[in-house]
Amino acid sequence: MASITLDGLAHAYRPDPRGPQDYALKEINHVWRQGGAYALLGPSGCGKTTLLNIISGLVIPTRGRILFDDRDVTQLPTEARNIAQVFQFPVVYDTMTVRENLAFPLKNRKMPREAIARRVEEIASRLGLNSVLDRKASNLTADAKQKISLGRGLVREDVAAILFDEPLTVIDPHLKWQLRSSLKELHRALDLTMIYVTHDQTEALTFADTVVVMHDGAVVQTGTPEELFERPAHTFVGHFIGSPGMNVLPAKVEGRTAHVGDVAIALDRGYAALPVGGRIELGVRPEFATLAAPGTGLPVKVTRIEDIGRARIARIEISGNPAAAMVPEDLSLDGDSAGLTLDPRQIHIYADGVLVPGEAAGREGAM
Amino acid sequence: MDKPVNNAAWLLVAPVFLIVAFSAILPIMTVVNYSVQDTFGNNQFFWNGLGWFQELLDPSTELGGRFLDALWRNLLFSAIILAIEVPLGILVALSMPRDGWKVAATLVIMALPLLIPWNVVGTIWQVFARADIGLGGWAINALGIDYNYTGDPLAAWITIVVMDVWHWTSLVALLCYAGLKSIPDAYYQAARIDGASRWAIFTTIQLPKMKRVLLIAVLLRFMDSFMIYTEPFVLTGGGPGNATTFLSIDLVKIALGQFDLGKAAAMSLVYNLIVLALCWVFYTVMTHAGTERRQEENPA
Repeated sequence: MASITLDGLAHAYRPDPRGPQDYALKEINHVWRQGGAYALLGPSGCGKTTLLNIISGLVIPTRGRILFDDRDVTQLPTEARNIAQVFQFPVVYDTMTVRENLAFPLKNRKMPREAIARRVEEIASRLGLNSVLDRKASNLTADAKQKISLGRGLVREDVAAILFDEPLTVIDPHLKWQLRSSLKELHRALDLTMIYVTHDQTEALTFADTVVVMHDGAVVQTGTPEELFERPAHTFVGHFIGSPGMNVLPAKVEGRTAHVGDVAIALDRGYAALPVGGRIELGVRPEFATLAAPGTGLPVKVTRIEDIGRARIARIEISGNPAAAMVPEDLSLDGDSAGLTLDPRQIHIYADGVLVPGEAAGREGAM
Repeated sequence: MDKPVNNAAWLLVAPVFLIVAFSAILPIMTVVNYSVQDTFGNNQFFWNGLGWFQELLDPSTELGGRFLDALWRNLLFSAIILAIEVPLGILVALSMPRDGWKVAATLVIMALPLLIPWNVVGTIWQVFARADIGLGGWAINALGIDYNYTGDPLAAWITIVVMDVWHWTSLVALLCYAGLKSIPDAYYQAARIDGASRWAIFTTIQLPKMKRVLLIAVLLRFMDSFMIYTEPFVLTGGGPGNATTFLSIDLVKIALGQFDLGKAAAMSLVYNLIVLALCWVFYTVMTHAGTERRQEENPA
């Protein structure tokens, strides 16, 4: 049982990194609390698997330290860390039965035979593998194999954290939900730290209490699913999370008004300290942008309306900039002009991609 | 489903029939024809029925005795080289580099013996192992060991076995290497996390994953060594005495040396049947392993 601290961690795969472009993983400081359910979310190639492999000890970082509680494990080999890992493709030992598979890590650690048997039974019943314990592991389905991979981690009583590297990639869609909810249950029951790497936002948001979003080798935001949704700290997070992603429009901000092209949008907060010459953008999620009859709110041009089942989404243009907005059920439009109302509290201003907090003058204590 | 009948199809497969007929069926039928006759030269043949076959399968006769001896020599030879080449090939494959420029270099070096024509291999070793002018033979004698493969049956056997190991271990190693390369990294990483020892990794991951290529390697090496001819023919000519006279060498001796076409034909048919039978056994074992594999991937 331990919290995992990443202290100034960075990694480059080439031995002589010169600039930041050589780093697969840029400097990162983070603490994974004991017992937390974390997701590491990001597109392919953003460094999340590298980070995972550094934590599990399969990769030794170029710089920085990893602490398990107060113990420096940076240079320790994998087998000496209290870590288990479940890989993208199920790893089972083909020649062994399920029981032998589960017993393998304990046997390697020279645990007494009776203790192994007891522990294997216990974990097998937790994972629902009792009925297949004596079958050859190689003959099982992909989801059962993933459970075995997980089980090999769970049998070890010393395991402090379980790392998942996109574990549901090869699982049938209808079993994904099932496996994910049994993971959640295990997490609640066992008080283990779980770190779950994925590029699928649904998986990340449903599994984790805290989501760490990575982009281009760096962590861009750490927060709860709500925080990521309501206050994306970076336009990348806005794009990447949500379907459709956040509308990001080039803007000019003057006082409490943002100008997108020739449309003026009133802001809830003031932005006095915007960097001069930086790229200023206005971000608002489609969920907080509602289409209305022409003449209400901002004038927009509707290019297309998509029915996605639970809602209708309009593809619009705000003075030439493409965006998306929700269409209320009772709204019907003639022609392509419409109005748009925005929730002013959900409008964010970004400078060079990074969220600018803004001053809520006159309303102290507000964000 | 009704298939349209089109007799033009016969015309299209006719060339294949012709080629197979001339390349396989006619020669074999000629051999069958010889095997039931005896000849004293002059192109005169006499009916002998199944006489040659009866003699061949009866070890108390001259023909049966030498056939059985050669067969045992063949089986012993195959067993010895398999026992050496398979473990050695696995060992070589395990120690081959995994990435970088060394991979290409190793593969080229490993492939070299496989590219040398068989009679050249025989000649190389014939010269290399000679006690008077060959580097290998001279060196062994210089160490004080009396070594002469032309006079000592044991020395001849050792020389042939070493030659075959030199020539063919690469093949086993390359096949095993291909099998090893197909194991995803995650297996090794999982094994490290599970705290598996080097030996446990070998027995639980590498060996099971190599099973199929190993079967192919064993089949290829067995068939090849069971039909070995060129290299021992060049190296020892079957001697000293008959110590290294394998079935194929004996066959040529009877057919071309003594011109006993009937005996040779009967012998080659039986030899052929043995090869076919062993092939069938291997094929059955391999396809069985194959279906097991398919069940693993698509469990019912």
